[in-house]
Amino acid sequence: MAIDNIPTRRAFLGDVFRVLGAGGMCCAGLWLTLRAGSGPQGQSPQTSAGGKSPAAEPLQPLPRRPGSYVWQIDPDRCVACDGCQKYCVLDVSAVKAVQCFALCGYCDVCTGYFPTQGYVLETGAENHLCPTGAINRRFVERHGDERFFEYTIDEQKCIGCGKCVAGCRLMNGSLYLQVRHDRCVNCNECAIAVACPAQAFRRVPATEPYLLGKNMKTAIAALERRRQAAGGAST
Amino acid sequence: MIGRRRRTGPPAENCQAADEPNAAPEAQRRAVRLYSVATLRRGSLCSMLVVLAAVVVWLFVAATLIAGEPVYPLPEFTSGYQVPDALHPPPRPMWRHYADLAYLVVALALAAYFALVLRWRAGLLGLAVVSVIWLGFWRKGCVCAVGAIQNVALAIGDPSYAIPPLVIAIFLLPLVFTLFFGRVFCAAVCPLGAVQELVAVRPLKVPRWLDHALGLLPHVYLGAAVVLAATGTAFVICRYDPFVNLFRLGGSAGMLLFGGGMLLLGLMVGRPYCRYLCPYGALLSLLSPLARWHVRITPDECINCRMCEEACPYGAILESTTTPPPDRNWGRLRLGLLLLSLPVIVGVFAFAGYQLHWPLARLHPSVSLAVRMQAELADPSIGTTEASDSFRRTGRPVEELYAEAEQIRRRFIPGSVFFGAWVGLVFGVKLVSLAVYPFRKQYEPHKGNCVSCGRCYWYCPVEQARLGLIRDVDLDAYRRAAQSPSPGGDKPRQL
Repeated sequence: MAIDNIPTRRAFLGDVFRVLGAGGMCCAGLWLTLRAGSGPQGQSPQTSAGGKSPAAEPLQPLPRRPGSYVWQIDPDRCVACDGCQKYCVLDVSAVKAVQCFALCGYCDVCTGYFPTQGYVLETGAENHLCPTGAINRRFVERHGDERFFEYTIDEQKCIGCGKCVAGCRLMNGSLYLQVRHDRCVNCNECAIAVACPAQAFRRVPATEPYLLGKNMKTAIAALERRRQAAGGAST
Repeated sequence: MIGRRRRTGPPAENCQAADEPNAAPEAQRRAVRLYSVATLRRGSLCSMLVVLAAVVVWLFVAATLIAGEPVYPLPEFTSGYQVPDALHPPPRPMWRHYADLAYLVVALALAAYFALVLRWRAGLLGLAVVSVIWLGFWRKGCVCAVGAIQNVALAIGDPSYAIPPLVIAIFLLPLVFTLFFGRVFCAAVCPLGAVQELVAVRPLKVPRWLDHALGLLPHVYLGAAVVLAATGTAFVICRYDPFVNLFRLGGSAGMLLFGGGMLLLGLMVGRPYCRYLCPYGALLSLLSPLARWHVRITPDECINCRMCEEACPYGAILESTTTPPPDRNWGRLRLGLLLLSLPVIVGVFAFAGYQLHWPLARLHPSVSLAVRMQAELADPSIGTTEASDSFRRTGRPVEELYAEAEQIRRRFIPGSVFFGAWVGLVFGVKLVSLAVYPFRKQYEPHKGNCVSCGRCYWYCPVEQARLGLIRDVDLDAYRRAAQSPSPGGDKPRQL
């Protein structure tokens, strides 16, 4: 048995210092936690969004003492390379394309759905831009000559390659890539963030784990206004 | 509706698009390319027109983007179609993290109980298996205490990074336990240590000199990881974690090979990662000598029987010494000289660290991007990279990037001086510790390097007697036999 029960002065002092040391470590940890989020923004690309670009909107200061952090893509910075598909530690990336319906133009000729070169306006599998056929196209309605289609992402099939995102950027840019938190294992250092050429990955509080682009926010606000107006008119 | 598919713009755009095969990417990129085309044919009126047209297109698109107006507005649906909201699955629940924390506390307590009170190696092995399954394969080895060093360093270096309290707890708990019970965390709780513990079947003895030299690496790694994390450059410990890819059953080929190689090496060299790389092990080995209760080889009094000499696969058993060193005067002089030169060593290494600050700063993505942009602007023929293309697309002025890079470079100066001084200190203290001749009356574990795995218990006859496996044995006979020269005419115990 290693535990000796003879109290000597040396052992007692040693215990005192150990308890003080452990308490000191805990206090230092507490101080770090409480200090968190109080300093200036923008020191590292992977904690906040790095430099302040005039195109990106000013960053909101992080809330104090969040319970946890998760990784997310800033759609305003994302360049829709295929890094998310390639570098995620999961076999099938945790990043998937997301449709912001409020921003979508419901176009007949969707550049996120059809390839822009050599396209044939038929919905056969060989004519899809998406390599896995993960975009579902559904007819919504017709206004005279104009036909409108709804495009939804089948997340089971999506591999996060971002081809549709790059295609949609030619038009409205309503498709965007996001880390899906039902799949993400939340690595301490995200492998995609390391490889991301645009430094678009950053840690966000787990309470608000998704990010919207600037134009998406505008479109969602506009849709809300339209809904309210419609609600007001009907009543 | 077909008319919608092409944006109306100046005719020059379409004309230019014809001789550009990849004209499909977005208009900003097109404008950049047009500009470069134009600069090649400087002076020609056509290129001037092209540039003007491109600028007009670019301004139109940029104005659209900045105003946030979609190119095609949301249709006014008349069929009663409701525009859906984007689907956002919730993050994984927090209770898993609290379960991890609870497991950490329970497993640390159990490991300390098994190693110090029960002296039960099988219990420690079982706990190691559970840890590999829970923290390794189920929780994918993240966040672990080893990686949490970097979160703490980043929180110290960057006040805007809000470190989650959970990560602080994961970082501190093993440290506190080590302060009282030694490195029980390494024994059976850390999944990285546990997986190596399980594969160490036929360990060889690493030569002392090599063991001492390689044993410096974790401290150097710790210093580098802290500096790189505190400056927000990278989390190198996570990036080069050999086993996390095995736990995830996936990852880059290089890291999988590294992990597999480490495991193979671990068959013959006990715990190669823990002993020669793990930065958290370096931290624990500084605290472990202060432990209140530490693993002992023998449950009672050491009889110097030398049975445990070969027991430790990690080279952490210190032999007892009985004779004084040959030349004490020379030893004292050497120790004195080393102690005097310690500040010099630290200073020299700190200076070397200062010299290293620019190469280190180049590892930061913003700094490397700034360097790349500078090179590209000086010599456009080197082409562009994905990162520099992305940077151009953001429309940030390059001076702002240079200023940011300069700020980061300045932050690296104290960081790399600290790193150099730390390496010098580690090196100097190692030299001093080698110059001190140890006097030990019994075999004991090296309190810094011992990982409390409990392999040595079994080798001790006193332990065997305690367990009742050998009876009526005269331990004094062992003691006498160990102290007298062996009958075969061998030399007496050499030190």
